[in-house]
Amino acid sequence: MGLQALFFYLFAFVAVASAFMVISARNPVYSVLFLILTFFNAAGLFLLTGAEFLAMILLVVYVGAVAVLFLFVVMMLDIDFAELRSGALEYAPVGALIGLILAAELIIVVAGSTFSPEIAKTISMPIPALADRTNTAALGDVLYTHYIYYFQIAGLVLLVAMIGAIVLTLRHRDNIKRQDISKQVARTPATAVEVVKVKSGQGL
Amino acid sequence: MEIGISHYLTVSAILFTLGVFGIFLNRKNVIVILMSVELILLAVNINMVAFSAFLNDITGQVFALFILTVAAAEAAIGLAILVVFYRNRGSIAVEDVNMMKG
Repeated sequence: MGLQALFFYLFAFVAVASAFMVISARNPVYSVLFLILTFFNAAGLFLLTGAEFLAMILLVVYVGAVAVLFLFVVMMLDIDFAELRSGALEYAPVGALIGLILAAELIIVVAGSTFSPEIAKTISMPIPALADRTNTAALGDVLYTHYIYYFQIAGLVLLVAMIGAIVLTLRHRDNIKRQDISKQVARTPATAVEVVKVKSGQGL
Repeated sequence: MEIGISHYLTVSAILFTLGVFGIFLNRKNVIVILMSVELILLAVNINMVAFSAFLNDITGQVFALFILTVAAAEAAIGLAILVVFYRNRGSIAVEDVNMMKG
C-alpha cells in the first residue's frame, strides 16, 4: 500500500469519525471543534487530489472564519443544550434507516462506476501540468477569465451576506454612551463651557 | 490498491449521509443543524474536487470555490438570524420557531 493510499485512509477515517462526533457530541462546543477536525482532514483529502489552493482556502475560510463564528454564537447564547437534546433519539431509528439506505445507494452507484473513454472529449478546462503552472495559478487563469462574472457574483453574495448579518444583528440600545461625531464637531465654546465667577472664600 | 475516484466519492457519500442523519438526530438544535448543512456542503465539495482531479478538468475546483463562498455566506446569515431569534424568544429550539404562524 503506497503512502498516498495510507494518507487517504487516514484522512478519510478521521474525517468520517469526526463528522460522526459533530452530530452526536453532547456539547455543541465539542461539535464545533470536531467540525474543525473534519475540515482539516477534508483539506488533507483535497491536498491528495492536487487541489492545493482549495485545501488552504478550506482551512482559512472554514477553520478561520466559519468555525470561529459557530463557536462564538454557541458560547454567546445562553442555552440549555441538555434540554435541546431531550427526545433526540425519538426519530433516530427512522433517520438511521434513511441514512443507511441513502449511503448504501450512493456507494453502490459510485463504487461500480467507471469513466467512459469518450469523456475526455467533454473536458473544458484541462489542468496544466504541475511543473508548468501551480494549482493556484491555474485556478486563477480560469477564474479570472472564463468565470469572471461568476466570480463577481460570488463577491456580491458575500457582500450581501456581510451587510445582511450586520443589519440583522445590529441594534441601537438606549442608555448607552456612544460617539456621535456630528454632535462632537458641532460643539462650540458657547455650548460647552460655562464661565463662573467664584467669590473668594465662598465657593460655588 | 490504487486510490481511485470511487474512494473519494464513497467518503463524500458517507459525509453527506452523516449530515442528513445529523438533521434527524439534532432536530431541536438549530446550531447543530447548521453544522450538519456545512457537512453536507463539504461532501459536495469533496465530490467536485475529486471529479476535477480525476477528469483532469479544473472547472470542478472553480465551482468548489463558489460552493465554499455560498456556504460561508449561508453560515453567516444563518447564525445572524439565530442570534436575532434568540434575542426575541430566548430560545433556539426549532419547535419554538412559529412566530409567523397566523
